[in-house]
Parts: sequence; C-alpha cells; structure tokens
Amino acid sequence: MAPKSAAKRYGMAVDTRRCVGCNACVISCKTENRLPEGGFRDWIVQETWGTFPDLTMQIRSERCNHCSDTPCVAACPTGASHVAEGGVVMVNAAKCTGCKACMASCPYGARYVHPDGHVDKCTFCLHRVQKGQDPACVETCPTRALTFGDLADPGARVAQLLRARRHEVVKPEAGTEPNVFFLV
Amino acid sequence: MAVTRRRFIQIGGAAAGAAAVTGLGTRWWGLDGDPVPDPATAGDRVVPSYCELCFWGCGVLAHVRDGVVTKITGNPAHPLSNGQLCPRGAGATGLLYDPDRLKRPLLRREKRGDDVFEEVSWDAALNETAKRLEEVAERHGPEAVALFTHGSGGVWFKHFMKAWGSPNIGAPSYAQCRGPREAAFTVTYGTPLGSPEPLDIANARCITLIGSHLGENMHNTQVQELAEAIGKGAGLVVVDPRFSVAASKARYWLPVKPGTDIALLLAWMNVLVEEKLYDADYVARYTTGFEQLAKHVADKTPEWAWPITGVKPELIRASARFIGGARPASLVHPGRHTVWYGDDTQRERAMAILAALVGSWGRRGGYIAQEKFELAGYPLPADLPHHKGREKADLPKGGAYPLATEVLASGLCDATKPGHSLYDLKAWIVYGCNLMQAMPARRQLVETLQHLDFMMAVDVLPSEICGWADVVLPEATYLERDDDLSAPAYKRPFVAIRQEVVPPMYDSKPGWWIAKELASRTGLGAWFPWKDAKEYVRARLEKKGLSYAELAAKGALVGPPIATCEEEGLPVSASTADGKIQLFAKELQDLGFDPLPVYVPQEEGPPGSFRLLTGRSPLHTFGRTTNNRLLAEPYPENEVWVNADAARSLPGFEVRPLADGERVVLVNQDGIRSNPVRAKVTQRIRGDCVYLVHGWGQTAKKLRYAHGRGASDSDLTSRYKVDPIMGGTGMSVNFVRLERAGEAA
Repeated sequence: MAPKSAAKRYGMAVDTRRCVGCNACVISCKTENRLPEGGFRDWIVQETWGTFPDLTMQIRSERCNHCSDTPCVAACPTGASHVAEGGVVMVNAAKCTGCKACMASCPYGARYVHPDGHVDKCTFCLHRVQKGQDPACVETCPTRALTFGDLADPGARVAQLLRARRHEVVKPEAGTEPNVFFLV
Repeated sequence: MAVTRRRFIQIGGAAAGAAAVTGLGTRWWGLDGDPVPDPATAGDRVVPSYCELCFWGCGVLAHVRDGVVTKITGNPAHPLSNGQLCPRGAGATGLLYDPDRLKRPLLRREKRGDDVFEEVSWDAALNETAKRLEEVAERHGPEAVALFTHGSGGVWFKHFMKAWGSPNIGAPSYAQCRGPREAAFTVTYGTPLGSPEPLDIANARCITLIGSHLGENMHNTQVQELAEAIGKGAGLVVVDPRFSVAASKARYWLPVKPGTDIALLLAWMNVLVEEKLYDADYVARYTTGFEQLAKHVADKTPEWAWPITGVKPELIRASARFIGGARPASLVHPGRHTVWYGDDTQRERAMAILAALVGSWGRRGGYIAQEKFELAGYPLPADLPHHKGREKADLPKGGAYPLATEVLASGLCDATKPGHSLYDLKAWIVYGCNLMQAMPARRQLVETLQHLDFMMAVDVLPSEICGWADVVLPEATYLERDDDLSAPAYKRPFVAIRQEVVPPMYDSKPGWWIAKELASRTGLGAWFPWKDAKEYVRARLEKKGLSYAELAAKGALVGPPIATCEEEGLPVSASTADGKIQLFAKELQDLGFDPLPVYVPQEEGPPGSFRLLTGRSPLHTFGRTTNNRLLAEPYPENEVWVNADAARSLPGFEVRPLADGERVVLVNQDGIRSNPVRAKVTQRIRGDCVYLVHGWGQTAKKLRYAHGRGASDSDLTSRYKVDPIMGGTGMSVNFVRLERAGEAA
C-alpha cells in the first residue's frame, strides 16, 4: 500500500546504448560514500550473446533496484532494512546485526557486508537527493547514461525517458518490481 | 506542539502501516527513526583545478574536509569535463593517498638498476644533481643532457633545458603514440592534430573508428560526445580485431585481420569512387591528386580486400556506403595510439584521404577548427645568455625520418648508445614518464641505460624507471601543487588553473620548485625570476587583463565563441604549401616514399602463435595507475583475451583445453616469458591475435600493489618496426604462444 502522501517514487533509467562501462559511477560512489575496500554499491555488467563474429553486448551500470516489492525488507528480522522516502530501500546500520538474511533474499546481489559489521547498499545517495542533487554516479557519468528522478512525476526526465524508450528490468521473473530500468 | 487526540491517532496509524511493511515494530511511535546517513564527503572547501590522472586535462573540483581530500568531481565550468569525470579522474585520491608514494629524495647507493637507495635531504639531492649535470656538460657539452617528459609539470623542466642549452627534449607520446597520425595529417592537410583532437564527434552522423577503442579509451570529452552522437542516432563503423565496447554499439563491425587496415581503407575508397559516393564538389575545390587516387584504388575492390582483411565484400560495401551516405558529417576518427606496424603514417594517410573524400575536413560533424585562449608568456629578462649549441641528437647519423615533427624519444634512447647519433647523450632527466613501459624492447633499454653518466628521475611514485636512476626526486601530486595554466587549442577556447588543494605530503615538492632550485644551483637562476608558480601564473594572466582570483574561484574561463566550420562561416582550408588537401602527396614522392598509401603484407608469426595486440582499460592510464588501489578495485590486473575457438585447439592444451579464468604464461618469439596472467576466453576477439591491456607486469618492487601483477606487454614487445617516414616505433609486430602457468617449458 502506497503511503497517503504518496508523492515520490524514486527511480533510475540506465541507457545501455550510451553506457560504455567505464566504471566512473563505481569510483565516484566509492568516494562519495566512503565505501570500504572491496565494498561496492554499484557495478558494471557486460553481457555478451552470440559467437564470433555475430555478437551483441549489453553494458549495464547496475545497483540496488529499489524494488517496490522488497524481499530484503521482508526478510530483515530487526527492521534495519526499510523503505525510506520516495521508496528508497535503506539499511539502518545501527539496527543491523549483519545476519545477511537480506542478502540471501536479494535476487540481485546488491548488498555486501561492511567491515563495521552491518550490511550496506545503494541509497540512491538520498543524502544528496534531499539537497536537490543527483546521486554521485549520475552526476559524474561521462556518457550521461544515468537518469535519476521521481517516477511518479510525469514531467521528470526519467519518466519521460521510460515513456519514450523501450526498457527492461533485471530478472523481472523475481517479481520484485524494480525501479531501476535499462533503456535498450 | 500539543498532541491532540486526533493527532495521536494519525501517528499511530502511520506507524502501524510501517510496521506491517517492516515486519517488526521497533519504530513504534517513531521513537527511533531511520536517519538518512550523510557520509560527509562534501567539502568544507572545494578547490577547482585540472586533472593529471591522464593528459586530457579535465577540470575538477576537489572536495576537502578537515584537511583531507574526500572526493573529486567534474567542474561544470570546464569545457573538457562539463561537470563529468572518467573513473581515473574520480579516483585521484587513490594516487594522493597511495601509501607507496615517493616520500623523500633518494640517492643511489648500489649498482644502477639494483634499486637500492638512501634517503637524503633536498639540498644533498639537488647539489649532487647539479654537480653531476655540470660534469657532463663540461666533458660532453650541455646538449649531452636529454629530458624525457610527460605531464603538465614537464613545462618547468623544458624551461630548465632551454636555460641549460639542450634541444634534446622528447616525450614518448610522439614516436611511441600519436606521431604517425601527426605526420600524415601534416602531409595531407598541412597541420598536425594535437590534443584534444579537433573533432566534432557530437554532430557526426557516422563515426568511423579504425584504431580507436573510444569508450575503453576514456578521453572524457570525446566519450561524452560519442554518447551524445549515439543519443542523436549516429551510426558507428568500427574496425577492430576485437569486439570492443565501441564495436558493440556499432552499426557495422569489421573484425579486420590485424595489419591489413590499409587494404580495407583502399577498398572503402574504391567503393566511394566507383559508386560516386564521395563529395565531388568538395574534392574538386579543395583537394589535389584525385585522378591519381582514383587510378590507384581502381583495382582495390572489396573482392580484392576480402582475402587480405578477412572482411566480406558485402560488409565492406555496406559500411562504405554508410560512410559515404552520411557525408559531410561522416567522421573518420584519426585514432591516437597509432604505432602498430611501421607503415603507420601511410595508414593514417589513408584515413586522412578518406576524411577528405567525404568532405568532412572543415565541416560540422567532421574535423573542425580550434583556437587557443589568448595568453601572454611570463616576461623574462631581456639579457639572458642563450646557448647556441648543436642540433638535437634524436636522429641516427646520416639522418632519417624526414617528416618527424617532434623529437623522437626512442631516438634519444638510441643516441645514448655510443656512436649512434651526431653525438652521444650522457645524462637523462626523466620527468613523470616510466620509460620502461613507454618504450619497446625493454631489455635493449636496460643496456642503453648503462651508458649514462647520470640519470635523475622526478616522479610521484617509485616507478620502474626510478629504480634505474642515480637521483630520485619525489614530486607532489597534482592535488598538492600549483602548476602552469592549461590552455590547449579547443573549439571553445579556454584557460584552466592548477592549484594546490592540500599541502604536499611527506617531503615531496612541486615540479616548479624542483626546476627552479636546480636552475639556481647551476647558475641559471636568472631564467627562473618568478617567486613561485602562483606568481608566474598571476603575471601571465594579468598581462592580458585577466583576474587570477576569478580563475582561481571558477577553475576555468571560456573565451568568446569562435567559428569552427564552414556551417559557422569559416571557409574550408588546408595549411599545405598550395593550400589544397593533398590526396596525392608529392612531398612523400620526392622523399622516396609512396605518394598514395600502398598495402604491404605484414610478416606472419610462427605457427601456433598469436599476434600480440594491446589497448586500454577505462579505469587506467597505462602503468601510471596500476598501483592506485581505488582504481584497482574494479580492475586489479590485466587478462589475456583469447578467442574461444582458438582456445579449444591450442598447441600444448590438447589434453585439457584452456578454460576461462585459467592462468597462462605468454612466451614471445624471442623466448621472453610473461608473468602468469588470467585468460579471458571469449568470442570477442579474432582467433589469430590475443589482447592485453597495457601497463601491467610492473617490476618496481616499491609499488607494493602493482608489483608482479598481470603481464607486461612492454616486455613482450621485444621487437618493433620503425616507420621510415617519421620514426614511430610500430609495436604490434610481436607474437606470443600460450603455456599453462605452472607447467615448465
């Protein structure tokens, strides 16, 4: 059930035609969020089909899908995993015991265990979004492949892109209703 | 606020709803809410500068919090970054805080190359350097000192060389990189291209990449424009033996046999001429030699090229029609690292001619005009004694490479071998370039080094070349130093500032300080009248009425717009002697070279071997960043790409075929063996070549992360083929076979 004030539903469109898989999103996320060595909140996937020389490849900058149906939140025994403003899925480090139930339930491998003992993941840089800024990955992307915004606002660029372009989500069969979409 | 009964119910209702979602109601009454944590990386100070993680020079904003640089973001005011950065730029803190940085000046104590040094004071290091350089000058003349340089701080050492009196200043970025391209475009259009290249990628409707893996090669602005062009519906034609990132986005991918690009280019021109797809009006007005060209390509049909290149005639035709159909906004990208087979100037000539046939020189979506932001030099005293010495020594005795437009770094190495050149070089200053990986034939280079009386290395990290130096001077990273202005020619002329974001760590010093100190200890202090780099930059700016404070605050100033192409009112022109684009190059003919590009078959490797090809990872700048632990996280070491079908029939792997991810050793035609390296068994490459990202296999032990990691393509490049036109060292002429790691040969 959507909250009554229902306004925002944050989401992202990743343009696989523009993305070159350079990892600028990954590095800027690491410095923006002070991620520990070996910890990633976003990552690059290059998926190739076919045999030489008839090949196709899709390049995706992936992260937590901030699903509308959140198995991770359902699996969390302490309430650390929760849905915050705009549907952003967050982990409250203070409440997290590092039990990894959320990690087991996430179909996307979007979470990792921080050396401080809690689970960590993409926050859509909510601390920036609250100040009216884009997430760090979006800000730096040299190909402008990433578009972040409010899916519930028909005027938002992300919503316009999703209306105009064919798009997919990762593992739709998981039924989690991702809010990160890949423009193909 | 008083809590009314009504309000109370509302709160309770909301909390119950939340509890239903989260499963456990610890947030009842909202007593322990879930805060949005702020990682606190936004700077309490934000300092604009320009990047040095590669040589593109993007504008950055360095965020400083409690004296620590927390993150680097793109400066929206800088035309090369437009607010966005590549991963290397974003990963600069990995360099600044690299625990393996050079920390104090070092003096060599053991045999050269043993990498045994003693930490000394700056005074001791600089006095020793001054003494040794003066000894060399006394015995062999000041020209016997050579400078190898790469990077913005090199400016100060070039100035030192001018004061010292030596013309021997070289950068591997010419004869080991873009040199053939510069020679070819100078012959054809009368001007080299330089960096950033004068390309209007964003407005191209067709982008042809032949020898450019843009997207893996992260020259920020070019990648931004490539994405913009793709977004606007441009089509890509990509010629690459490997299914590169760019190839995956291409309308036409031509997996050409390595070494046959000229044949393909001639076949494309054949189609353009035969089917009259070229711009006849443009060719008639602005070019010379079309008749000879048409005759030259008349029999170079796609059918002729097919057995040579392995590309089917219908694919050659279709891609040629697409290239011709998009003219004049049909951009043939000139590439950058162009030293492959020793006939590289001719290949680049073919590309330059193709660009002219589609009328893209001087047109929107093609090659456009760029200008420099107008600046003044620092006013030097009028009475400086200029040394009028011998000419540069980079060419062999008797002369060669008539169209070299810059000093050959490889030529300076050769001139260090006794009796090779006009005179012998006896001392090197190596600023910020690891020659051990920049040069081919590492083992030859090691022998060459033994002929030196003295070598000084200035670097940020203890790179391989530092291990061979007599004096090693630790430079501050770009985030810890002021430097000269950056104002390359660009379609939006601009000037950018480099400024000290945080003070130098350890006992490192900025390049300007090192050069000035060296000058004052060698009696050349008058050449360095500025107090420091800040004062130097301020004087340059103020002479033109520009405000230092404004530039320091903004990071970059952009000049008024200029006309860049015919569509903006700038007539098409070439800077050649007769003002025409030289399709047929009489200049080459007069020098005894082919006036039109000719395909000459390359030597094949021994049976069972693969041609070794190299390229880049978007996360790294050659070997310079392999020790950067931040950038290494997503890409810790290179891997050797092997075609999946070839992997099934590898000699020596009959019993158990090579599996993806297995470690192998590469052995080249001269028996040189690589470190064990992971095999990437893939459909994404032809079966007659293997591919390594350049820069790994570092032998410098003090680079504790990078040392021994991955395979060194440089070491396997024991052979090279010199371009007779301009002296470039073609390096894709080596062949390797694979052995399973751990199985002795």
